[in-house]
Amino acid sequence: MTSALELRRVSKIYGSGPSEVHALDEVDLSVDRGELVAIMGPSGSGKSTLLTISGSLEEPTSGQVFVDGNDLATLSRSNRAKLRRRSIGYVFQDFNLLPGLNALENVSLPLELDGVSSKAARGTAVEAMEELDVTDRADHFPDELSGGERQRVAIARAIVGERGLLLADEPTGALDSVNGEAVMRLLRAATHRGVAGVVVTHEAQLASWADRVVFIRDGQIVDQTTALAGPESLLAAGGDR
Amino acid sequence: MSVPHALLALLSDGAKYGLQLQSEFEAKTGEVWPLNVGQVYTTLQRLERDGLVQTSSEEGEGSQKRYRITSTGERELGEWLRTPPDLVPPPRDELVIKVLVALEVPGTDIHDVLQGHRRHVIEVMQRYTQVKAAAAEGDVPLALVADAELFRLEGIVRWLDAAEVRLKQLPPPAHSAGDVAIESTRTMEVAQ
Repeated sequence: MTSALELRRVSKIYGSGPSEVHALDEVDLSVDRGELVAIMGPSGSGKSTLLTISGSLEEPTSGQVFVDGNDLATLSRSNRAKLRRRSIGYVFQDFNLLPGLNALENVSLPLELDGVSSKAARGTAVEAMEELDVTDRADHFPDELSGGERQRVAIARAIVGERGLLLADEPTGALDSVNGEAVMRLLRAATHRGVAGVVVTHEAQLASWADRVVFIRDGQIVDQTTALAGPESLLAAGGDR
Repeated sequence: MSVPHALLALLSDGAKYGLQLQSEFEAKTGEVWPLNVGQVYTTLQRLERDGLVQTSSEEGEGSQKRYRITSTGERELGEWLRTPPDLVPPPRDELVIKVLVALEVPGTDIHDVLQGHRRHVIEVMQRYTQVKAAAAEGDVPLALVADAELFRLEGIVRWLDAAEVRLKQLPPPAHSAGDVAIESTRTMEVAQ
């Protein structure tokens, strides 16, 4: 099976000469559909660069990035843009909803930009909003929504249509821990329905919602969690109590 | 966890049998803290001896005893709920000791040591999160128990993260390790 996202020996160098910064150093990573992966690392470890390169918002200095089996480097600029619009959804820390559009218009926008008719786009947008339980807020503008509702709308926009890859950078933003958890539940539910999800976070509690946690330091993947044991192992372990 | 006070709390809404107390205790702590029935009866005997519970007199010979809370028991429970728990840390936190010792052992990559512990803690956190994810939406007791563990474990990860940053700022390891150990001993004395 082709991974939804695969990075092969991806490096990213900013600047040159003495001011050269190696943001990523030969990173290998693959994420399957149905899997939620969290990337954890300290500030400046390269985790956000890894996300922007995965989403083709930035190009690697060397190495290959495959999205749904497509080598991004071999695609024309316009095909890369199309892949970005159709296959990849982004959730940002500050939500990035357009203030002049209501919730439904925000969610249907990526489809309309991709040439889908307004009517069809809205139909698909409603489906995504139903998944996130925000259809009753469809005609509200972003400034009329609570923080949690705004983030739900942002996630609906990220999964609308046939997107196979969901990328999120500190997606719980300034939400309190219970609302932050609700966002992670939604991302997890979205990925378990068949999307590949990558979440960058420095918060251990949020990362613990992922199926796999990958640790990055100084631009290199240094470690990752092993396959999850069931919750019953908490009782068996005993010593954890 | 104070089992005696938990049992008093469970008895505060009416008389109950020992087995009933066991199953209610486990249900209300999200089944994360198992309690065996022997422990329940030993605790009830002690509570009865101290006058905090009494056995129901209406039960006939041979039938199971029902326990009810006394007014002394209610007062004790009320006081316990409002008394702050002991927050002074244990004198020697095993993880802190391991990291301090790792600084002294030649050839040890302290960052690998920190990362090994970080991964382990996060794996345990993933399991608690799974418990929360699988729980029914309205199961608040379970969410509270899981949250308590998750916040505690997150505190450990944050300590490991902070240690990583502090150790990066250290000059050559030979001098600095001793300094760190002395500094932390001083801090622990203050805490005690």
